[in-house]
Amino acid sequence: MSNAPVDNSRRRFLTIATSVVGGVGAVGAAVPFIASWNPSERAKSAGAPVEVDISKLEPGQLIRVEWRGKPVWVIYRTPKMLEQMKQHEDQLRDPNSNEAQQLDSAKNSYRSKREEIFVAVGICTHLGCSPTFMNGGFGEKVEGTADGFFCPCHGSKFDMAGRVFQNVPAPLNLEVPPYTFLDDTTILVGEEEEVA
Amino acid sequence: MMKKLLIGLFALLPTFAMAAGPSVPLMDANIDLRDNASLQRGAKLFMNYCLGCHQMQYQRYERTFRDIGIPVEIGKETLIFDDSKVGSHILNSMSQDDAAKWFGAAPPDLTLISRVKSPNYIYTYLKSFYKDESRPFGVNNVVFPLVGMPHVLQELQGLPTAITEDVVENGETVTKIVGVETDGSGEMSDDEYDQAARDLTNFLAYVGEPSRLESEAIGIKVLGFLVIFFILAFLLKKEYWRDVH
Amino acid sequence: MATKYEEQSPATDAPSKQSSDGVVSSVVGWINDRIPMTRVWNMHIAQYPAPKNFNFWYLFGSLAILVLVNQIVTGIWLTMNFVPSAEGAFASVEYIMRDVEYGWLLRYLHSTGASAFFVVVYLHMFRGMIYGSYQKPRELLWLFGMLIFLALMAEAFMGYLLPWGQMSFWGAQVIISLFGAIPFVGEDLTLWIRGDYVISGATLNRFFALHVIALPLVLVILVFLHIVALHEVGSNNPDGIEIKRKKGSVAEEDKPKFEFHEYYTSKKDIVDAIPFHPYYTVKDVLGVAGFLILFCWVVFFMPEMNGFFLEAPNFEAANPLKTPEHIFPVWYFTPFYAILRAIPDKLFGVVAMGASIVMLALLPWLDRGKVRSIRYRSIWHKLNIAQFVVTFLILGWAGATPQTVFSTILSQICTVTYFMFFVLLYFYSKNEATKPLPTRLTK
Repeated sequence: MSNAPVDNSRRRFLTIATSVVGGVGAVGAAVPFIASWNPSERAKSAGAPVEVDISKLEPGQLIRVEWRGKPVWVIYRTPKMLEQMKQHEDQLRDPNSNEAQQLDSAKNSYRSKREEIFVAVGICTHLGCSPTFMNGGFGEKVEGTADGFFCPCHGSKFDMAGRVFQNVPAPLNLEVPPYTFLDDTTILVGEEEEVA
Repeated sequence: MMKKLLIGLFALLPTFAMAAGPSVPLMDANIDLRDNASLQRGAKLFMNYCLGCHQMQYQRYERTFRDIGIPVEIGKETLIFDDSKVGSHILNSMSQDDAAKWFGAAPPDLTLISRVKSPNYIYTYLKSFYKDESRPFGVNNVVFPLVGMPHVLQELQGLPTAITEDVVENGETVTKIVGVETDGSGEMSDDEYDQAARDLTNFLAYVGEPSRLESEAIGIKVLGFLVIFFILAFLLKKEYWRDVH
Repeated sequence: MATKYEEQSPATDAPSKQSSDGVVSSVVGWINDRIPMTRVWNMHIAQYPAPKNFNFWYLFGSLAILVLVNQIVTGIWLTMNFVPSAEGAFASVEYIMRDVEYGWLLRYLHSTGASAFFVVVYLHMFRGMIYGSYQKPRELLWLFGMLIFLALMAEAFMGYLLPWGQMSFWGAQVIISLFGAIPFVGEDLTLWIRGDYVISGATLNRFFALHVIALPLVLVILVFLHIVALHEVGSNNPDGIEIKRKKGSVAEEDKPKFEFHEYYTSKKDIVDAIPFHPYYTVKDVLGVAGFLILFCWVVFFMPEMNGFFLEAPNFEAANPLKTPEHIFPVWYFTPFYAILRAIPDKLFGVVAMGASIVMLALLPWLDRGKVRSIRYRSIWHKLNIAQFVVTFLILGWAGATPQTVFSTILSQICTVTYFMFFVLLYFYSKNEATKPLPTRLTK
């Protein structure tokens, strides 16, 4: 015994049609609620690209800028540093930066747009600590390599191109953020120049 | 009974709306939020003449440029006069305490002025300054008596004087201001100034509720959808209720 | 889902073991062994006997639930960006309106929903009045409803402080000062409610806590009790006659062709009833669609509703040193506010305002009539209800208008007629000349 004595195709059709349209409405109504969790204009404004003046950056020096709340390093690599990077490639996990997390512009042996200027997000890819720049003292961590980065939290090691060494907890090379050279001495961190 | 109630309710609505309002009849601003050229001219007027004292502390440059059709790069060059970032709020560097000392009260923030007052009020206000030597800035305003700010658009409009008329009210003769007349010393003709006032009003109306046009664009679609849903629900209800009738 | 349940034998609530399509029914069975899902569904929805003659006025109960859900969901989303502090509240509302994606929509849904809540609740209450739904045995149902109304007023009042605009601030100032009229403890009480010498961040924070969690919880519990009470006594209807008759008094051919839950049929014979689902669910869906058209029209095209839903002075941040020209509450409070203002004595004004709400709660005992529905009552009752409607509207208008001699006198007259409604009802209802009631529901 049913409480709907009449049953016919018209009734079935209307029930399904109303349910489907109502369902579409419910999904539509959910859109503003879901979209409101996206970064707001304030967050976007705070996360806007940052201009970095590198005219005063000296060879071997590292400067930190904040971009989207993260430390971004800009390092002027000396010819010596660049030379030594080629020496230890066999000790690296991903020397050619083939892992998917990389921007195309970082897929060269220097992982940068200009050989001497290296830009990277200074956060260890293991658990998010910020590695220490060991300018000249890195030899005690990796023999034969004078400069590099050492993460104090769990001992991960990166070379001067942010490439991770083998046998450390960090799985990936340091992230290279999108950036653009506005002119010879200004970098815009956070925006990749448009591919022409 | 229900009809009576609803008719009664709607009959009361206009009465309510009339209940509050200034004593001087307001002019019709006749603005159009879709008119980007007007909004852009209004933005320029605001940045040049108002922002010195009045901020828009809740509104951001970039969003404004985007909404009224100004490319961000051009907006950055032509409409941001200080070193503000394009994503920052539209602020000036005047200290609120100093301002209070100079003007008697800090100049109000103008982000929401079009909603606190109304576009018609702003338009009328901009057109209602007149010469009054007794005031500290040498001007007064018909809709805002004893106004505490100078006529900043004087170089555009010139300095208007009040047109007065003697009216008999309750047996007494009172001098009333019925309009203003410019002295022609401004850069603009009367028509040009009206348009400038309208542009500025339009811009302030936009900033008061930047979501207005988006809201109406979505609203039309939502209502269209609901009408379809209503028709289906109506047919469904009729179909089921055949069992009952 | 629904058809699944209907296919089961309604005589037993036990999960059906021999049901043909495997997975769904075994899941349903598994659940039914643990909580009474099918039984509750049948008892309260699929086999709940509802009078077959509900009209337009019976849509507002389900619409009130819809608006409550809207308020809770949009409210939760607003708290994600609202800053409950005197320094941050106003700016955070503008942040929601400008910087948060679709924040303006969430805010307008909530602000319009507040007014819509009162629209549907007032119409729902009016329905109860004209059809005598408060009369025995539905007194407790009516009282739960009145408690919902009170909780709703408190909820709306506290919510209105949160945007921290000029009207928020000064409206709260005026309303909280009302408590100062209470003899002896008044002044200390207002200080205690505010937590400061003026309305301040302390007041804002406690109102925020009550508005977002305490009162919604109370509301939901009261709504639940309201529905439990409704389903125990059964719905009234536009004819105001019972559809539940003495067991054995109804001939077999007069019984409806529908199956009802034995919880109802075992005690009483039922006439002229239809199951709530699907007949009133599809009708309520239609009501929801119609309501949403009006609601969305306001939300998307006129959220300020000419200054009734969002008042212009509230777009200016609260300023304790500057009172707006005219302070009046949002439209849904204005009838009661007008009663308050009509009386020149502070204490007596507050008492009158409180009494105007208490009188409504006492309706089940003030109305001594045996006939419920306005359809079968005397012309005096019809006129009395008509004057009450007019009175309520005029009070609403007067409370939203700057006080003048004219509006004050009008409010005073209407305050008298407001209370006269109840006094007159008490007297004429005792021996009222009513029309004969039909034995069965009319269409």
